[in-house]
Amino acid sequence: MDTHISIQDLNVYYDKNQSLKNINLDIPKNQITVIMGPSGCGKTTLLKSINRFLEFTEGTHLSGQILIDGIDIYDPSVDVTDIRKKAGLLAQHPYPLPMSIYDNVAYGMRIHKMRKGKFLHNSVKHYLEMAGLWDEVKDRMNSPASRLSIGQQQRLCLARGLAVEPEILLGDEPTSALDPISAQHIEKRLLDLKKEYTIVLVTHILRQAKRLADYVIFMYLGEVVEHGMAAEVFSNPRESRTRAYLSGEF
Amino acid sequence: MRKFLNNKGFARIFHFRIQRWYFKPQHISEGILKIMMIASFIIVAGSLGLILYTVILKGLPSLNIAMITQIPKGGYYLGKEGGILNAILGSLYLATGGTLIALIISIPIALYLEIYAGHTFWSDLIRLSLDVMWGIPSIVYGAFGFTIMIALGMRASLLAGILVLSLLELPIMTRAIDEVMRLIPVELEQASFAVGANRFETATKVVIRQVLPGLVTAILLAFGRGIGDAASVLFTAGYTDRIPTSILEPVASLPLAVFFQLSTPYPEVQNRAYASALILTIIILIISLLSRWISGKLSKNVIK
Repeated sequence: MDTHISIQDLNVYYDKNQSLKNINLDIPKNQITVIMGPSGCGKTTLLKSINRFLEFTEGTHLSGQILIDGIDIYDPSVDVTDIRKKAGLLAQHPYPLPMSIYDNVAYGMRIHKMRKGKFLHNSVKHYLEMAGLWDEVKDRMNSPASRLSIGQQQRLCLARGLAVEPEILLGDEPTSALDPISAQHIEKRLLDLKKEYTIVLVTHILRQAKRLADYVIFMYLGEVVEHGMAAEVFSNPRESRTRAYLSGEF
Repeated sequence: MRKFLNNKGFARIFHFRIQRWYFKPQHISEGILKIMMIASFIIVAGSLGLILYTVILKGLPSLNIAMITQIPKGGYYLGKEGGILNAILGSLYLATGGTLIALIISIPIALYLEIYAGHTFWSDLIRLSLDVMWGIPSIVYGAFGFTIMIALGMRASLLAGILVLSLLELPIMTRAIDEVMRLIPVELEQASFAVGANRFETATKVVIRQVLPGLVTAILLAFGRGIGDAASVLFTAGYTDRIPTSILEPVASLPLAVFFQLSTPYPEVQNRAYASALILTIIILIISLLSRWISGKLSKNVIK
């Protein structure tokens, strides 16, 4: 098992409240890692520390290290836009950008000057196919992204994220705002994508965790209670709190 | 249509509605509200219709091509010949200049309020001051501008008129832009940051597209207020029969053209006042239709 993201002695504070306590984790490469736990246990905080999104919340400070490919992402010499390019985020609620479907996918590639002209066009097609949206939108690439259904919008956001060639995909309950069919679409895509990407997923749906996870992290009140291969944790949890959560006690 | 009316289903539904309408107590409140709604519609649409009716009825006979292509002959107060080109151009100069200056000042204020200040004591104080400024009658702005002009030894001029108008428009524009910016979802900006865009790219490529329709509305709202205001330019811009060639000369304006022409003893000149009012109304109508059209075009992509 190759480690892709290594979290060492991570502590996160919101003002005076500590929301993550002494996290030490190795997240495996090219697998789906699912972070689960009851609400308010710090799942999203942990996820957002990986692409430095915590910086948007005022009064947050953090100690410890997060290494991606061995580089500390909180090192002052690291450019935050590089980190976010490397670790794409699929948010809880899809927010397409106020532009056409085509421009949404091309947005990141244009900003980073990655493709031009015909190459750009081909890439847009490629990433929409990867997100499983191409067939539905190929005839209306220039219509506003806001006219898509919410499930299509989430897949568009996935294509937009993939287009900047990240290595890591972070998903913050990416199916919770969607209908069951759209949720299934996204889950299927994530299973396809794990061959090429390291996927870290936050979810509070236990069954979704069981369907998707290769590696599981169980959190409770800001601490990592248990982590390990999905098969082990689900069938034979070591900690009593994990057992209680898996049996639906909280 | 006849087929539709003869349709039994339609008749049944209609009948059923009438029954419910009169006899079910829970529908009485709905009925009262509906009547109030219709009444308010009649008041609003009726007043607009009546104003247009009066202005068109009295103004149309005096409206001719000379009105909009010539400057007055025989003085603006008594002259029965010529046109009001001086006032049309003057109003456009005044409102455009005032709007531009107000825009230049209000965008930084709105950006500061939204991005840097947030909701602190000082930003709330600024918002309160702007709201108070919005409520100040324009004659007070005129008098204030006049006092300062006297202190500086300035004459009534286009420049002074523009400055006072920009002061009048500033609160309208700033608060309108502020409200538009407040409606941008944080997640939208974060969606841009999530693909590795920096603040500048997010502001110029995402935020601007989201606020543009509202920005256009704010600008044209302020422009409309500026072009229609008489009291603030009465002392500061003066009035003249000529078209100004420099910003230090006095300038005519449409609201004042209406005012002066209406206060003469001659019925012919009074009718010209209605023609001037008609021209002003048409300009404002064009502006509001234009703003609706432009913001409709621009809001095609806006995320709600």
